[in-house]
Amino acid sequence: MEGMSTIVKKVTQLMAGIIFMYGIYIILHGHLTPGGGFAGGAIVAGAFILLILAFGSSALNLKKEVSGTSNVESVAILIVLLLALMALLFGIKVFFFNYLPKGEPGELVSAGVIPLYNIFIGIEVAAAILTIFLALVIFKEESSK
Amino acid sequence: MDTLIPLFVAIPLISAFLIVILGKLVKGFHRFFAPLILLALLVMAVIEFSSLGKSSIHYTLGGWSTEGGYPVGIYMVLDGFSVLMLCIINLIGFIALFYSLSYIRKYTAESNYYALFCLIIAGMNGVVLSGDLFNLFVFLEVSVISSYALVAFGVGKTELEASFKYQVLGGLASMLILLAIGLIYWKTKTLNIADVRNVLDAGYSKPYYIFIQVLLISGFGLKAAIIPFHAWLPDAHSSAPSPISAMLSGVLIKAVGIYVLIRLFFNMFVFTHEIAVVFTTLGAISMVIGAFLAFMQWDVKRLLAYSSISQIGYVVMAFGMSMILLVRGDNYTAAALAIAGGVYHMVNHAVFKGLLFLNAGALEYRLDTRDLKKMGGLSSAMPVTSSTSFMASMSISGIPPFNGFFSKLIIIIAAINGKFYLLATLAVVISFITLAYFLKFQRYAFFNKPLQKSIEKIREVPFSMSFSMVVLAILCLALSLLAFPSINDAILRPAIHVLMQSDIYSTTIMGL
Amino acid sequence: MTVYILCFVLFLVGLYGVITRRNLIKIAIALSIMEFSIFLMLVLIGYIDGGLAPIVDPDLAGQIYVDPLPQAMVLTAIVIGLATTSMLMAIAIRLYRKYKTFDIREIKNLRG
Repeated sequence: MEGMSTIVKKVTQLMAGIIFMYGIYIILHGHLTPGGGFAGGAIVAGAFILLILAFGSSALNLKKEVSGTSNVESVAILIVLLLALMALLFGIKVFFFNYLPKGEPGELVSAGVIPLYNIFIGIEVAAAILTIFLALVIFKEESSK
Repeated sequence: MDTLIPLFVAIPLISAFLIVILGKLVKGFHRFFAPLILLALLVMAVIEFSSLGKSSIHYTLGGWSTEGGYPVGIYMVLDGFSVLMLCIINLIGFIALFYSLSYIRKYTAESNYYALFCLIIAGMNGVVLSGDLFNLFVFLEVSVISSYALVAFGVGKTELEASFKYQVLGGLASMLILLAIGLIYWKTKTLNIADVRNVLDAGYSKPYYIFIQVLLISGFGLKAAIIPFHAWLPDAHSSAPSPISAMLSGVLIKAVGIYVLIRLFFNMFVFTHEIAVVFTTLGAISMVIGAFLAFMQWDVKRLLAYSSISQIGYVVMAFGMSMILLVRGDNYTAAALAIAGGVYHMVNHAVFKGLLFLNAGALEYRLDTRDLKKMGGLSSAMPVTSSTSFMASMSISGIPPFNGFFSKLIIIIAAINGKFYLLATLAVVISFITLAYFLKFQRYAFFNKPLQKSIEKIREVPFSMSFSMVVLAILCLALSLLAFPSINDAILRPAIHVLMQSDIYSTTIMGL
Repeated sequence: MTVYILCFVLFLVGLYGVITRRNLIKIAIALSIMEFSIFLMLVLIGYIDGGLAPIVDPDLAGQIYVDPLPQAMVLTAIVIGLATTSMLMAIAIRLYRKYKTFDIREIKNLRG
């Protein structure tokens, strides 16, 4: 896949960082405002996808990238599951129990484990969407050869 | 044994992702890790089974229990029926995985296979344990999406086509189920199965719920491949790798299709005569047509797939008859007998259909063909496969002393007791047709004169494959012990108890 | 009531597409249309006129909030829809590489 024109490249270069930051904001404020891990992760993945579309897949060494994202995805989801399993050790010993201190409602650091779940789910979703996208790109590259 | 309940879902999920990561780093990691996990799950299921009895326990995720009488958390429920399903799922899962150790070596990307296998198990355990409609839908999708991937695992032309067909029809089914769940939530404002029952007990508008029930029957009927909705099953089940066919036919269509239908219609909705008649008719139609379609097949796995439709028809018909009898409310012994026959046949079908698909896999492994016309004379070359598949064929066609005979007998006796003489006759006739097509399978595969000259070169399959087939064949014989009243009481009675007293599920869980 | 009927119409549009289209990608799109009609319906079930986003603020006593449960359901269902759609796309592309066409009339080895 070839890259697009210089205008598109320049604009995406400027925009991608902002979109990425917005995704991080959505993930971190998941317990306070609408949004959260999935929505934010999708936005973060969108930033990367935008860059890949603008600069063309030939700019990437694709085989390595795919295994990297799928590893990140697996590690992130494992951490989410381990966080949930840790609840079997603390407090009332129930799966998915919120065992960290809850804090003040409305603060950024509050709601116990929920921000942690949001962060790792965000990483997981971003990596998963990127994996799917890159896999489809690789399919296209291979069939056009 | 409360803490074990979420682990039935968590352990296979964690192991699936561990296999994805560590399978690349450590060579052969997945090959010993996955069977170990499945064995652990089987042991856990048996522990739960032995400790549970007639009682039922529920587990609330995250410690959210009830708030002013309304359930706010996600419930996981373990009672007689679900624990029985849990045992079957993990038993067939373990045996199919053990079988795959040799079988799957001819494919690339082995570690992905084991990861997807663990996901399918996690999804089915979740479906069976879930006490909440939406959670049930999520777990159903987990298991079904991984089964889409596993059906296409061979990435040949037929596999991909079968998988696409399966996905389109499966997606349609999921949409119908989601629509029904949304409509239930609209009127009852709750998703907890027990709570929905309590709301419905207080009064409901019949036409609205009949519409929901029809949606659910079409949705889960598509998943369970009852006859008008069966188009995907023969393709998908015959194209998948054989251990996966055994999983799909043996447990998946029961866990995500029949189990959910039975659970919702017995323990959530109030019985209505119309729906009961629809159930019975659908069951009888699939029983008859599935058998005739199976008779015409020359592809071993397609024959087995169509026979799955027919045998599932027996199960659905038995439950439908018991629903009719329970609505009438005059013949409780016949209803209990029909439920017993249905549950017993479901267990048996998992065992013998799993075994038959493993046999078909063994034939495919050595001969590289599924066409019956190209086989023949294999009984001396492959003695273990031949003898186990003979036992399974006799069992599925209802020859004593194998388990299939007793479960069909119970269904037929129940039909006669409930004065369904036509259905009883049909069940007997279809049983003979089943015998006919399985004799055809036996004759062409194992006892005919060999067509191929190279038949001397064919050896018995490797240890892991023959071992799992022998275990299932022994189970075929051992399960016929369930026909004895005392053993039957200990093993099937808790499940029948939950289904007969249809209120007991909602009252015990909501603590009323 | 009109909005629900419109949702149902959208559902039927998707169903029509699944049944009549001959292109693998178009079938996938039609399935997505069906999915999203149901998501719309679920969100509408939870919507209450004049309700706020369901973040309960103790200062605003007596404020109406929309029902958060259908929203959670829809989010989860969207995730599931993403998985199904990407699975369908993967299979469709694989099929394209085998057959060099997206037309289902030319992809039929399996029958009976």
